[in-house]
Amino acid sequence: MRPFTARLSARRRSPLAGLVVVLLGLLLTGGAYAVLSPASAETDQASQSTVTEGRKLFLVGCSSCHGENGEGILTKKGTQLGPSLAGVGAAAVDFQVGTGRMPMARPGVQADKKENVYSPEEITALAAFVASLGPGPAIPAEENYNTDDLDEEAVARGGQFWRTNCTACHNFAAKGGALPNGKYAPALDGVSNKHIYEAMLTGPQQMPVFSDTVLKPEEKRDIIAYVRSLQEQPKYGGNTLGSLGPVSEGLAGWLVGIGGLVGFCVWIASHSVRSKKGAKT
Amino acid sequence: MTTHNLPATGEDGHRSDVVDVPGDPLDDPGLQEHQPRPTDVDEHAEKRAERQIALLFGLSSVFAVLFAVAYFVFDVGPDADIIGGYGASNVALGVCLGMALLLIGVGAIQWARKLMNDEELVEMRHPASSSDEDRQIVVASFREGVSDSGIARRPLIRNTLLGAFATLGLPLVLVMRDLGPLPGSVLARTVWRKGMRLTNDVAGTPIKPEEVEIGQLINGEPEVFFEEEDGEPLYEGVKLNAAKAKAAIIIVRMKPGDISAAKGRENWGVEGILCYSKICTHVGCPISLWEQQTHHLLCPCHQSTFDLADNGKVIFGPAARALPQLPITVDDEGYLVAQSDFTEPVGPSYWERG
Repeated sequence: MRPFTARLSARRRSPLAGLVVVLLGLLLTGGAYAVLSPASAETDQASQSTVTEGRKLFLVGCSSCHGENGEGILTKKGTQLGPSLAGVGAAAVDFQVGTGRMPMARPGVQADKKENVYSPEEITALAAFVASLGPGPAIPAEENYNTDDLDEEAVARGGQFWRTNCTACHNFAAKGGALPNGKYAPALDGVSNKHIYEAMLTGPQQMPVFSDTVLKPEEKRDIIAYVRSLQEQPKYGGNTLGSLGPVSEGLAGWLVGIGGLVGFCVWIASHSVRSKKGAKT
Repeated sequence: MTTHNLPATGEDGHRSDVVDVPGDPLDDPGLQEHQPRPTDVDEHAEKRAERQIALLFGLSSVFAVLFAVAYFVFDVGPDADIIGGYGASNVALGVCLGMALLLIGVGAIQWARKLMNDEELVEMRHPASSSDEDRQIVVASFREGVSDSGIARRPLIRNTLLGAFATLGLPLVLVMRDLGPLPGSVLARTVWRKGMRLTNDVAGTPIKPEEVEIGQLINGEPEVFFEEEDGEPLYEGVKLNAAKAKAAIIIVRMKPGDISAAKGRENWGVEGILCYSKICTHVGCPISLWEQQTHHLLCPCHQSTFDLADNGKVIFGPAARALPQLPITVDDEGYLVAQSDFTEPVGPSYWERG
């Protein structure tokens, strides 16, 4: 008895062989379509309704500056009232709205972090609508910014990237710093891993973009792990005075240090209590 | 209570050796009458002050001992003892030593205020210069020395002595020369060469233009820093640091319409991607405070600000020169490469550069 494959091989030149292959192919394609297609059609429908929902929210909360279709609005002076949102991607929306920076409370040099009033579903809807305006970075997957399983090596590597790319603005201890004309780089205290990742990915406001193709997702994750290790490490040397370096240390030196010494000088030179008893008259 | 070191005072409290200034509208009121402190007249108060000061000094000793205890009790290193989020050892050592010193000082001040003699006394000012007599003696002895040596009469000795001092400069110059070779053109050149790839710092990955988005900042280094020969890096240690200090770059991408390239620099970028030296032209700090919307690059040291959309022009701060730009292009495999070395020296000005 010859093996099955050999028998099959012997019949491959049969006139019916072509027909059988075509039938098999059709069957496979049809079967795959039957299994996969309805599900994806549902997803499409769901995402279409999310986009519609997001557009409604957009018209209420965002369109006054960004335009009804997110095309951006110029002021009379020619400056941007709100930039075009085509191509900023879902990640930018998730960051800006999720941290409360958008919608802006009032025009200014910089949108400040404030309490976020949108629910996660509403942010997803807004993000879906803005993502539909043009291709842009998507909201990162959790495994890209989850730092739970990272070892010390990853933290050390993240520290190298942090010191090269981030310290200039955000300070060596992630406490933020000043920029020209009233702008500033914020401190990273209490910022979620996802939002740090999205900030690097999208470059909000004055922050530069650090795209995934140049600063790889695992390198971004190492940076986040380093920031977390900075924030979790004990204050070995006592009070850090805000980790702002010479500014707060100098201020403390002048006010507390020199001020204290001046106080001692006043005490040394002050007239002590006198007694009437036994005084020469 | 001694008054022997005080100048004699008259019955009205006026100093007998003070000359009245004619026409002075106010009389010298003299010293206020001395009043004793409670510790001067009350034995109990004196004893109490004594105990108080002894207590301060005693507490100082206690803190010094506590310092020694803390030194041995608290662990440092990887498993350091932590109390309330602070490193226990550092904080305890600092507080104990600080208190030990402070209490000695406070005790000393209290001692002086409560127990030491506090009679008021006056010290008159006197001129700071020497007396005329002393000055004449010095001038006379100097002249005597000059005439005794006969330096004016013996020109041979004088001239050979001057010559000896002048020739001493020769050994000095030769010894200085041994401090190292002259820098030559080292300051004017970097490791950048034609065709050398631009890579992301730390990771060393080469960069393609399509990977760089508008508003992107890349802190970069030349690829040669990440190359190896026979398993050994081409650049390492001091050599790497010296080369890195000049060759560090930043790569930014702007909308091509925002860039106004100077004459001759039109082809120095790739689709809005420009590359500049990362070393500030003021005193050489590494700069990467890049505002992507204004295209300004700010130096954190002294706030020099460069407009990267306008050939790195200085728009604020103490820097005197525009930020040097590295001309870049794309190689056969599509990676960003340098067209040449920097066309001018990077970093701060130096003597020969003028």
